[in-house]
Amino acid sequence: MPVQYISAFTVVLEVLSRFWPVWIALLIVMGASFAYKKKLALYGQLFDSGVGIVGVGICLFWLFTAIFAASISPFDPLAQVPIMKDVLPGAIEPQSGLTYLFGGDKLARDVFSRMVYGSQIVLIIAPAATGFALMVGITLGLPAGYYGGKIDTVLSFLANLVLAFPVILLFYLLVTPGIMDTPIPYGMAGVFFLFPIIFFSVLFWTRYKNRPDRLYILLGITLIVGGWIYLGLVFDKDPLKIVHIDPNQLNIFVAVVFASSPGVFRIVRGLVMDIKTRDYVAAAQTRGESPWYIMLWEILPNARGPLIVDACLRIGYTTILLGTLGYFGLGLAPESPDWGTAIKDASRLLRSFIHPALPPTIALMSFVLGLNLLADSLREQSMKD
Amino acid sequence: MLSFVIRRLGTMALTMLCLTIIVFFLINLDPNLKKLAISQTEMHTSAEQLESWLAEHGYRQNFFVRYGQWLGVMPKQPVTDPATGKPVQRFSFCNDPVVPTFSGVLQGDFGCSTKFKTAVASKLFPALSATGILMFWVLAVMVPISLLIGILAGMREGSRTDRVLSVASIASTATPEYVSGVIFTVIFASWLGWLNGSAASASQGITFYNFTLPVMTLAIYGIGYIARMTRASMVEVMTQQYIRTARLKGLSFGSVVVKHALRNALIAPFTVIMLQFPWLLTGVVIVEVMFRYQGFGYTLVEAAGNNDIDLLLGCSLVSVFIVLITQLISDVGYAFLNPRIRVQ
Repeated sequence: MPVQYISAFTVVLEVLSRFWPVWIALLIVMGASFAYKKKLALYGQLFDSGVGIVGVGICLFWLFTAIFAASISPFDPLAQVPIMKDVLPGAIEPQSGLTYLFGGDKLARDVFSRMVYGSQIVLIIAPAATGFALMVGITLGLPAGYYGGKIDTVLSFLANLVLAFPVILLFYLLVTPGIMDTPIPYGMAGVFFLFPIIFFSVLFWTRYKNRPDRLYILLGITLIVGGWIYLGLVFDKDPLKIVHIDPNQLNIFVAVVFASSPGVFRIVRGLVMDIKTRDYVAAAQTRGESPWYIMLWEILPNARGPLIVDACLRIGYTTILLGTLGYFGLGLAPESPDWGTAIKDASRLLRSFIHPALPPTIALMSFVLGLNLLADSLREQSMKD
Repeated sequence: MLSFVIRRLGTMALTMLCLTIIVFFLINLDPNLKKLAISQTEMHTSAEQLESWLAEHGYRQNFFVRYGQWLGVMPKQPVTDPATGKPVQRFSFCNDPVVPTFSGVLQGDFGCSTKFKTAVASKLFPALSATGILMFWVLAVMVPISLLIGILAGMREGSRTDRVLSVASIASTATPEYVSGVIFTVIFASWLGWLNGSAASASQGITFYNFTLPVMTLAIYGIGYIARMTRASMVEVMTQQYIRTARLKGLSFGSVVVKHALRNALIAPFTVIMLQFPWLLTGVVIVEVMFRYQGFGYTLVEAAGNNDIDLLLGCSLVSVFIVLITQLISDVGYAFLNPRIRVQ
């Protein structure tokens, strides 16, 4: 039985209508942001420029796509329907009557559903890894910039050591199936995931050490929540079985954090060295505040502008790194729907079929573009102040 | 200046030493050695045979002894043939010594590639020269285009040209090589048929037909970044007092840009271009794999995929060396180009 096709125009309409939960959510959020933009500080100012609106729009689009992936995608991203092998966009799957909107790949899976589900993987790992990299970079960069001297020399040397590695070599060494038999990824995860707990504990301790009522609550929350997530992520021993991460995902996660935290470290260090010469830092020193109080409550809030911009760019960069990992088939499972793996699979067959290659490439490019536009307009807005 | 360079060279040597130890440690993890043994012996070998292969070829010696041998501060031992009891070459395909000799990286011996069955040097250096050709063309395309875009955009901040070019450069930084490579191949090779989607034939002779796509793909990611840095630097220079003075003196806008602004605006991009090399190195790996061009990146992937210990160490040494030396050149060059820093 030959496969039936729908016309190109219907494909476009169908794609647009499949994204309906995203459009509704976008409409609500963007509308609300527009209405209250005066009250939303920096985020509200983004809506003053076209570039900012486009950036926020693209990022939110992919965020909602990841959230509503299950209702957007018509098929299971891993399901194979043999007669749909390599079909062109718009082919109708005879059993369910649903359409392979962007065609089928060489294993007869729906390219559209895979693209939609791929956004989930990217939007979970990239921001989370960036968050951890920020924590590591900030916690180490603050003392390096503030104290200078030996601690700075040692930490900068280590950061430069990691930065001197070509990223791809680092990944080939750190993300191999063999390394999961050794304790190295778990050891590294154990160290990296400790940083957020240390960061928040010190943050609350320095601020509230004279107000035990507040301090004990905040410290308790930090230690319990942090310890719980720590147990789940590093040892996979979450007593409630909620926090769980696959060993190979943990491996990727650790490698990405490892590769991008020295960059954050350098930026934070530079910012601190600049800010610590300001008058309000001198005032705090004269008041007799502890060094960590000055770092966390005087310097860090004043470094937030460049850090937020850097975080946006870094999420984009992490997305590119994840794609690179997928492209070289490192870490992620071979059938995983993430964009890098999909690009790898499709680019091998470009001579015969081009349709499986385009959706993941355009998805990845547009998401990174959205983040870069967002970062650019954030930078412009924060420079205006 | 001289003491600065010497100190930097010292740090560089220390960094390379640390990095090679880390790489050496990671490639010699037990699972990786097992993988190597499996790929080097016949199919269906038992665990004991794998173990004896590893021991016979000297992989079970002390870690530091082996690192010292690789580095050339410890003598390389020949292996003993179990049948005759005489010392034989460790790997017959690359003239290993039969008497203990100091033969490591410091003596110029990069070791033996188990994947390509040849000496590392005879595989690595042709690959490097192939990549050098690629890099040359990439830089020849990337640098002029990105500087031009940056200068045009930064010349009049906030103008329509500026905004269009800025968005274009942001878009190009959002396009990693594996994305632009696929898109360019689809457009220029599949639809238009103008260019070849594979650069495998470029090893025999470079033509416009087989070499344009890899060069374009590799250049596009860097263009946006350098252009943005050039723009930022140009914008800053254009607000300086001396530019206003030159304008008020009655010089035309074009001659102010070319004679006064350009020289000062190009100092920062020089540093940025130099620091692009580590990024280009990753790009080279992707592009060479994608377009099947047998250069350094291709060799690195083959070495890593097959756990070819000596070849991978050679590759990492070369890439780390490139990264560090470009950092050094960028620092020294910056001081050289900028008289204000040179004096200090």
